[in-house]
Amino acid sequence: MPENVIFYAFAALAIGASALVIGQRNPMYSVLLLIASFGALSGLYIQLDAPFVAVAQIIIYAGAIMVLFLFVVMLLNAPREDAAEYDRSHPLAHPGIGRFGALLATLLIVQLVWALAKVGELKAPVGSRSDAATVGSVVEMGRVLFTRHTFAFEATSVLILVAMVGAVVLARRESEQ
Amino acid sequence: MDLRTIVQLIVIGITFFMLINASALLVLAERKIMGFMQQRYGPYLVGPHGVLQPLADIVKLLFKEELRPKGADKWLFTLAPILSVTAAFAAFATVPWGAETTLFGLLDKPIGLGAADVNVGLLVIFAITSMGVYGIVLAGWSSNSKYSLFGGLRASAQMISYELSYATSLAAVIMLAGTLSVREIVDSQAGTWFGFIQQWWIFVQPVGFVIYAIAGVAETNRAPFDFPEAEQELVAGYNTEYSSVRFALFPQAEYINMATMSAVATNLYLGGWHGLLPFYTPLDPLIEEYGLGWMAFLAKISGFLFFYIWMRWTVPRYRYDQLMSFGWKFLFPLSVVNLIVTAAIVLYLNA
Repeated sequence: MPENVIFYAFAALAIGASALVIGQRNPMYSVLLLIASFGALSGLYIQLDAPFVAVAQIIIYAGAIMVLFLFVVMLLNAPREDAAEYDRSHPLAHPGIGRFGALLATLLIVQLVWALAKVGELKAPVGSRSDAATVGSVVEMGRVLFTRHTFAFEATSVLILVAMVGAVVLARRESEQ
Repeated sequence: MDLRTIVQLIVIGITFFMLINASALLVLAERKIMGFMQQRYGPYLVGPHGVLQPLADIVKLLFKEELRPKGADKWLFTLAPILSVTAAFAAFATVPWGAETTLFGLLDKPIGLGAADVNVGLLVIFAITSMGVYGIVLAGWSSNSKYSLFGGLRASAQMISYELSYATSLAAVIMLAGTLSVREIVDSQAGTWFGFIQQWWIFVQPVGFVIYAIAGVAETNRAPFDFPEAEQELVAGYNTEYSSVRFALFPQAEYINMATMSAVATNLYLGGWHGLLPFYTPLDPLIEEYGLGWMAFLAKISGFLFFYIWMRWTVPRYRYDQLMSFGWKFLFPLSVVNLIVTAAIVLYLNA
């Protein structure tokens, strides 16, 4: 029973904070609410017996990436965003694009309903599996990453390297002018 | 509630109590040591030899008026010091400070001295310490003052840069010990080499220890890396606009962070509660036998904290660009080389 209460508390926090991220006019508040949402997510990971993923979530997203976000928001000293004027000449205001967006949203809702309908077919909750302790462990995770998912792992590192080189190239071009 | 839960709660309470008092004691120690180094007395009027000075400081800060600048962000201005001090306390939660004990046969199963024992404890400490930067950054931004903003900006850039070297030097110890649990890392350092040198990781990882110590000073924003509050340049940096209790929480968080840094250094490199001095002394078996390891632990932490204070009053502050180039061009590559060499040796020895 307490597990359920904690789950709903974290889930409500995650959803509420994420919704407020979009609703905020002040970019500083948006960044902070995103951090709160990441914190709630990491609480959910702990409930799923994956402490390593939970801590990695905090270290990488809340501890590193969001500090950079905050740094950029502070450096630009971004003002409060006022409600933008409705601009009919903007390319995104084209009616075709609006319909495409509506289609994607419908697709997302259909997927969500389909996934929720499948929940009943699960044999046992993740936490009560007999191998739950080993699934989340660091050793097991490293083994899976470097054997079954080696290609995805290495491809991701190349992708990050490319992004890094791209950032350096863009930054250099600006300073030379 | 059974006896075990009550004892565990008492241990958590003691941990909390020690941390609160650590900040008060460190204020006194800092002022006394600073006085000694500058050939003057330091505080000496309140109580015998001025030992009650922290109490007087606290009372003074509590009764001051709390001010908030008109242009400040109401919510974040209040939230910032709370975040700072919460992160500082929470980071100590997974730091063990003594060997497992049955309290002279009171409990049937031994209990670990320390608030919580998590199997990814070291990562938890690292995650929560890295959250500490938000308190400083938000304080800087929400004050709506240019000096505070510069302090906050410097804090975020500095802590992001030095976190890398800090984490990389920790990773080398994790590989040597083969575990992420702080208690297991400490217990992997029990015993001696050749009967007289303690099996501490500092002797295997001297470079890692130096990197950890330097990055730790930068992470806690202490001199010579105290750029977020550089008095000569930024008035008082991120806490310029703060007064009363809200102000008091920042130095408190800083001193608790120092204690956490020293405790982690002691646990990872200086053998935690195993052995008092770097070489074997006849005291060691007595410490193990009577469960006094926590005293050896506290002695080592005090030594490390003294080193912290000593450095503050000896080394002048760096320049900001020197700090950045030192962190990125020297410390980080060095820690990566240290990590790769350690990994190669561990792989060779295990093969």
